[in-house]
Amino acid sequence: MLAILDYGAGNIESVRLALRHVGGRPEFVRDAAAAAGATRVVFPGVGTARQCMDSLRSRGLDRFLADSLSRGIPVLAVCIGMQLLFDFSEEDGGVAALGLLPGRVRRFRPSDPGCKIPHMGWNRVDTGRRHPLLPPALPGGDFYFVHSYYAEPAWNAAGVSHRPAAGADSPGGLVYGATAYAGLTFASAVGTGSLFATQFHPEKSAAAGLDILARFLVWDGSPCC
Amino acid sequence: MLLKRLIICLDIRDGKVTKGVRFVDNREVGDPASLARRYYEEGVDELVFYDITASAEGRAIDIDMVRRVAERIFIPFTVGGGLGSLSDMRSALLAGAEKVSLNSLAVTNPALLEEGAREFGRQCVVLGLDAKRRPGDPRFPSGCEVVIRGGRTPAGLDVVEWAKRAADLGAGEICLNSIDADGVRDGYDLDITRRVARAVPVPVVASGGAGKIIHLRDVLLRGGADAALIASLAHIDGRTSRDIKQELSGLGVAVRL
Repeated sequence: MLAILDYGAGNIESVRLALRHVGGRPEFVRDAAAAAGATRVVFPGVGTARQCMDSLRSRGLDRFLADSLSRGIPVLAVCIGMQLLFDFSEEDGGVAALGLLPGRVRRFRPSDPGCKIPHMGWNRVDTGRRHPLLPPALPGGDFYFVHSYYAEPAWNAAGVSHRPAAGADSPGGLVYGATAYAGLTFASAVGTGSLFATQFHPEKSAAAGLDILARFLVWDGSPCC
Repeated sequence: MLLKRLIICLDIRDGKVTKGVRFVDNREVGDPASLARRYYEEGVDELVFYDITASAEGRAIDIDMVRRVAERIFIPFTVGGGLGSLSDMRSALLAGAEKVSLNSLAVTNPALLEEGAREFGRQCVVLGLDAKRRPGDPRFPSGCEVVIRGGRTPAGLDVVEWAKRAADLGAGEICLNSIDADGVRDGYDLDITRRVARAVPVPVVASGGAGKIIHLRDVLLRGGADAALIASLAHIDGRTSRDIKQELSGLGVAVRL
């Protein structure tokens, strides 16, 4: 079963329609019990960090995600779904997140007053590293973003963590996509093991985004090409 | 670098797309969902649907149309017109719309911007703002007054002041339409666009007046707009988005090709 986690996080219908368009048969699942048979998981999200975390915990989906990753089940996290994978988010005065990846989530604070927040629109994703979910043609493409916070992973270029997630023997992860905005370059796609996460919205990024979703449907969960 | 967006606007009357000239004499140009799919395939960045008769007829937005569009295109789209409450906004977003646009209703009930932003996130809430030139009128220091109900009713608000307040309340984007320039095809109102773009911390979409590609370049590079909205160029002239963006790129505007 291809499961889309439905935990009250805004517009997830567009995720379902895009997955269906590329040949998937996604089902919304609202809690850990409903998600139990999932062989592939999409973790979307729009909303605020605190709302999302409260809702994930009350539905047992925080443990479900950790368990899925430990079993090597392919997981695709999108937008705030990606942000919540990290230890901590600055949003809502500070929220402890899932801690599945080491690092924290920060708000854009552009020094240029003309720089608009949210970061909304199409921007370049530079992909310097191959991954089965990314098209083989480097160095990247344009994808649709809408967010005011970004993830700051706590690992080095080789993916080795210097600040392990609480309670996890975390190997860190790798940055697969980088995007420039508000005077900095942030991680717009990250991955480790059977987890891949994008800050941009593949479901709203036309053909380039649908391509990632189509690759996800047949991905075996191994990060090697 | 964030790219400038090209947005095509589809005005919907009785389930069909029309292009209004100064909001009168509407003429029909096609089925919303199939046109949406065509524009999507031609490389447009975003679409906006305004149900222009819903409010006047006192009915809610056509959710079935929103659904049919969402099944066919995989880019963001905004819907407006006939959104009278939080629950209408929720239905449109749940049907697959990325954003909802409030115009007259935001003026008469500004709390809705705040409630919408709290409920769905401000990135989902667009303020549609119709501006009418009032040069020399001391009540409107920006030179423009906000008008509502399709341009028929003056709201007594200064455009820049209202844009700032709406962004404070919860609007995550402002779609600024010049009533004077709309349908005339002689260029966007650069002055009011620049004033609004400088005054608010959120993205501004310029609307009304596009007749040539150079008009888009001007409003994106000189008017400070984050996106340019077009209608006639696509519906009547049949210019494809890919073609328009190629030309914009040649004129020095960073766009998605």
